[in-house]
Amino acid sequence: MGLGRYIGKKALWYGGALLAAIVLNFILPRLVPGNPVDTIVSSLARGGSVTADQQQKIYASFVSQFGLDKPLWQQFLIYLNNIVHGNLGVSFSAYPVSVNHLVGQAVPWTLAIQLPSIIIGWIIGNALGAIAAFKGGRWDSGAFTSSLLLSAMPYYCLSIILLYFLALKAGLFPVGGAYSYGLSPGFNMQFITDALHYYWLPFLSLVLVIIGGQAVGMRSMAIYELGSDYVNFSRGLGIGQGKIVGYIFHNAMLPQITGLALSIGTMVGGALITELVFNYPGMGTLLFNAISSNDYPVIQSITLIITVAVLFANFAVEVVYGIVDPRIRAAKTGEK
Amino acid sequence: MTGIIPTDALEPRGNEELPHEVAGTDVGTQFTADGSPAAGSAPDSGPTAPKKRRRSGLNVSPRFWVAIVLVAFVMLLAFVGPFVYPYGPNAAAGGLYDPPSAHHWLGTDNFGHDVLGVLIAGSRNSLFNGLLAGVIATTIGVFIGILAGYVGGWLEEALMGITNVVLAIPALIVLILISVSVQNSNISFMKGIVGLALVIGITSWPWTARAVRAQASSVATREHIDIAKLSGARLPSIMALDVFPYLASYIVMAFVLQVASAILAEASLSMLGLGPQGTNSLGIQLHWALAFQAMGSGAWWAFFPPTIILTLVSFALLLLQSSLDEVFNPRLRRGKKKAVKAAAARRAAAARRLASQPVPERATS
Repeated sequence: MGLGRYIGKKALWYGGALLAAIVLNFILPRLVPGNPVDTIVSSLARGGSVTADQQQKIYASFVSQFGLDKPLWQQFLIYLNNIVHGNLGVSFSAYPVSVNHLVGQAVPWTLAIQLPSIIIGWIIGNALGAIAAFKGGRWDSGAFTSSLLLSAMPYYCLSIILLYFLALKAGLFPVGGAYSYGLSPGFNMQFITDALHYYWLPFLSLVLVIIGGQAVGMRSMAIYELGSDYVNFSRGLGIGQGKIVGYIFHNAMLPQITGLALSIGTMVGGALITELVFNYPGMGTLLFNAISSNDYPVIQSITLIITVAVLFANFAVEVVYGIVDPRIRAAKTGEK
Repeated sequence: MTGIIPTDALEPRGNEELPHEVAGTDVGTQFTADGSPAAGSAPDSGPTAPKKRRRSGLNVSPRFWVAIVLVAFVMLLAFVGPFVYPYGPNAAAGGLYDPPSAHHWLGTDNFGHDVLGVLIAGSRNSLFNGLLAGVIATTIGVFIGILAGYVGGWLEEALMGITNVVLAIPALIVLILISVSVQNSNISFMKGIVGLALVIGITSWPWTARAVRAQASSVATREHIDIAKLSGARLPSIMALDVFPYLASYIVMAFVLQVASAILAEASLSMLGLGPQGTNSLGIQLHWALAFQAMGSGAWWAFFPPTIILTLVSFALLLLQSSLDEVFNPRLRRGKKKAVKAAAARRAAAARRLASQPVPERATS
């Protein structure tokens, strides 16, 4: 199969997945009896903070914005059109703030915490896993069991434990949030040093879990390679140990690099709960608040953004693999 | 041919795709041999290599027993706990965050309920949810996987197409969307723990299906399938009796992972505030502890117990899976230095044997 056809086929698959995701995103909240706007506006009215007149206005603006008075297929087209133009709508609970604005505020925090921890955790974890595989014995079982414990631990469980011991008991770090009360985000020395102080604990809790996961993966890959035929063959040929280790490492690395690419893709949605535990102002906290106030436009936008990021990362990995490794193109229906 | 030998050798090994020929060779050599590798087989191919054959029973590592003990501990807490510990999850037992005492071993939570009582009920529900969702996901995944892998052709294309599309969309996102809808609906059944297990089950089957498909299509090329076909067996019977048993050990491992991930999915959803309503679970317990500032007030007894149980469960299940993997998949077994020496000795012996014998007339089997 030629490269062009391969990429075209992949694009078709991922396009299909994207469409399915958008349809799900659109249809699921609408399956609920009654429309979401009714629920929201009536709950606003119960709060007593909105007059009947304002309520009418909010209601009318939502209905026209989402085209709720039109048939379902037209609503879907409106929805699609909005997405394509990068318009995520208006938040229910923070009316009239746009969802784009809310998401734009949350995403940098999430990226700032995730990107460094994924990359650093990946490097340390792989080194640890490779060493465990080569050394074997006591070192291996110790490193393996502790890595397994770390990787088996849900992200947020480690967060809770660290938060309690390091922040509450030892008082080394602040308990939650991302910067001190009274400061406003900006690029000045005072804010950055303050934010760094808050940054360490969530960072640590993410990086430890990533190290665990990567070490477990790398260890079993390397062990698998150690027992494979080409290693025995190389030994038979009398090739030096150092060179064999080089081959093993090279082959064991490939899946790990895929893993890195994929985890960068899942980054935005990777640690929703950890953010929640630390009350960190990223996507997780935004989603939590949106769920507790039934803020459909925000929920839908976050799920959409996460899905698009994941699909895009998957697609990119497959395309790169197809370019790098012709066997994958040649493979029959296989993994598709 | 009894005991461990067949299970050891017939096991499709490796987690990913298995080239058909490899599986084929293993069967071929294994049936002719009674412990020592048959002529023509690779001299040191892991599972057929003669080692420690005198040992009877399952060759499990200490990790396996650690995992079993941990799982048993949580099960005991969840299912025997209610009969031993006097306080239920819903009875008012004290004030806001009373510290642990002789009466209330783990103190009380933000509602004044006994934490250990809530923990017991929550563990039970979380385990129940995990098992139910695991059964649903594994059943769907195995069915679709075997159907696609065994039948092949356009059916395989179609089923795997669907699987890959579902797999590409993050499961947590679909779960969040469905749960948001369910919570605002008026179907009370779906809001409970059974409904949640159902939702988790029907969103998490794809990776099992994909993995089982790879294994099933390698089993489909084996000779006993031809015999079954020749003797007139129908498709369901071949799928159930001739393909399924060869995947059983793999499916057990997949099931263990499904249970673990379902328990964690429930916890994640519950912490986001999308958990089952009007009941207890480990995630819900954590949700309330976070919502009512248990951390800030230093009430460690409100959030530590569910955290620890969650960690224990997921650690124990992963450990169980990895130790089962070592049983079924001997290549992963370590004993590093000894094994390397033994392998070297085997290679040397095989080389001597090969040197003294003419190469058998056997093409690639």
